[in-house]
Amino acid sequence: MKKHLIRRFFQTFLVLLGVSIVTFAILHLTGDPTALLLPQEATAEDRARFRHEMGFDDPLIVQYGRFLKGALRGDFGLSFRHNQPALQLVWDRMPATVQLTLAAMLISVSIAVPIGILSAVKRNSLLDHVGMVIALLGQSMPVFWLGIMLILVFGVKLRLLPAFGMGGIDHLILPALTLGMFTMARTARLTRSEMLEILGQEYIRTARAKGVPPWSVILRHALKNAAIPIVTVIGLEMGTLLGGAIITETIFAWPGVGRLTVQAIYNRDFPVVQAAVFTLACIFVLINFVVDILYTYLDPRVRYE
Amino acid sequence: MEALEAIDKAHGESSLAQLEKGLEFRKIARSLFKSKAALAGLFILFIVIASALLAPYLAPQDPIAQDINNRLKPPVWDPKGSREHLLGTDHLGRDILSRLIYGSRISLIVGLSTVLISGTIGILIGLIAGYYGSWLDDIFMRLADIQLAFPFILLSIAVVAVLGPSLRNIIIVLGITGWVVYARVIRAEVLSVRELEFIEAIHALGGQNLRILFRHILPNVISPGIVIATLEVARMIILESALSFLGLGVQPPTPTWGGMLNDGRQYIYNAWWLATFPGLAIMLTVLGINLLGDWIRDTLDPRLEI
Repeated sequence: MKKHLIRRFFQTFLVLLGVSIVTFAILHLTGDPTALLLPQEATAEDRARFRHEMGFDDPLIVQYGRFLKGALRGDFGLSFRHNQPALQLVWDRMPATVQLTLAAMLISVSIAVPIGILSAVKRNSLLDHVGMVIALLGQSMPVFWLGIMLILVFGVKLRLLPAFGMGGIDHLILPALTLGMFTMARTARLTRSEMLEILGQEYIRTARAKGVPPWSVILRHALKNAAIPIVTVIGLEMGTLLGGAIITETIFAWPGVGRLTVQAIYNRDFPVVQAAVFTLACIFVLINFVVDILYTYLDPRVRYE
Repeated sequence: MEALEAIDKAHGESSLAQLEKGLEFRKIARSLFKSKAALAGLFILFIVIASALLAPYLAPQDPIAQDINNRLKPPVWDPKGSREHLLGTDHLGRDILSRLIYGSRISLIVGLSTVLISGTIGILIGLIAGYYGSWLDDIFMRLADIQLAFPFILLSIAVVAVLGPSLRNIIIVLGITGWVVYARVIRAEVLSVRELEFIEAIHALGGQNLRILFRHILPNVISPGIVIATLEVARMIILESALSFLGLGVQPPTPTWGGMLNDGRQYIYNAWWLATFPGLAIMLTVLGINLLGDWIRDTLDPRLEI
């Protein structure tokens, strides 16, 4: 167990180092970041001065060292547009993104798991077919289109829910539903297939033969065993959700990190882009690390592999 | 060496294998016609591919011809609609149906070419990492972890923004970053096939590593690769339209489904059809691929969980 922990810790460290290299490299993909950062009408003199000021004429490895040193102290430079520390901007927007992501997770899991269980228990019933068709559609729907359609129906036609910005809990419903749809569909299908597999096992038959009440068999004997893969996938879905939040926030004008990043990309505000990309990737890596450790804890079989 | 050649032959072109293949094909065709879902998927894809190939013949109008007098015309079933524009026109008076038909081209080109690139890279890496193991395996799997740490869409928009949005750059970015899912699954498959007796036998007979890898292991691990590739076409199509939706896709006036959606978003209050139809096109295409992909998985490799 301890050995596994240390190994995972070391791996996570390596991955974070790689994340920093990729984040650094994004800006240097074209060779000379000056062309990206300065407006086209800048003179050759301006460019040369800027290149020197920013240290772009140093060897790449020196520049990376400087970037990494800054990143470790949380310093990604000032935002060109807001003239504030880039990381500060990202952290200011983080609560909105976390709120949206958690709401999406909550909505999708609380709908998907019951649907998955019911579909498995009542296999081939009308409910099963309808549920799985909806899940298949949900998996095929692009996030951005779903968002626009929800705005169209609930915001524009029915005028039931606010379509833009942040406010009370009603502002959260449409964006969270949009963001959560894919996870919901995936979790529902996964819950169904896991439950189907376990319901066919012999110990379930034994439990039934013993006279355990049907719902007790389903919830206490089957669901408990189906829970591990479901929980793992849900944990990994956090990454999908963080990625999806970028688009969802743009559609619903939700003031989170995703919208900030997209705007920063439009404005060529690269310190903010780098700070956001780095932060989101680190969060994802750390979530994975925690999920993995929890997984080892929940399922002792993993430890002895 | 003779024994080796015999094994190679048995794996390749023996007439018995040919016969089995024929029977197999018939079995597959029958199972396809039995599965309504797979047929529906095939039907949808047939329409999408046909409209991409035959766009100039199928499209009723020029997809980029603007007609300001006829802007924001609703679809034909609306009292204000006209038969000239079955699905209405956009904010520049362009025919939406024609743009949808032409838009299928970009989606299919990007979907297929990116999967070809990422599938080739991913399967090769999976084979190498699984077969040779040790430090090669470690390096590739850490690279995979690093790649997976970035929300895919975030990485692609950042890179495309730096390189400049164009069809070529989109294909490069999506193609290069998509390898991880193949590599992981193929690697796991290779790990189990590697230990099988017939591989050991070929080793003992003096078979070369590369030859074992490509002639004997690859054919045994390729089915999950095919399943993933199918489903990845759908994911790549969604990613391309997401990039276009954010204005980082193939640039106007070339019609793309994502770009049409982005245009339509600004007219959501008075012209619902602008955003609705391109989204439907994306969803149906992706649905078609997913239906077919699910069937291919159930047929080739039912254990696979993707």
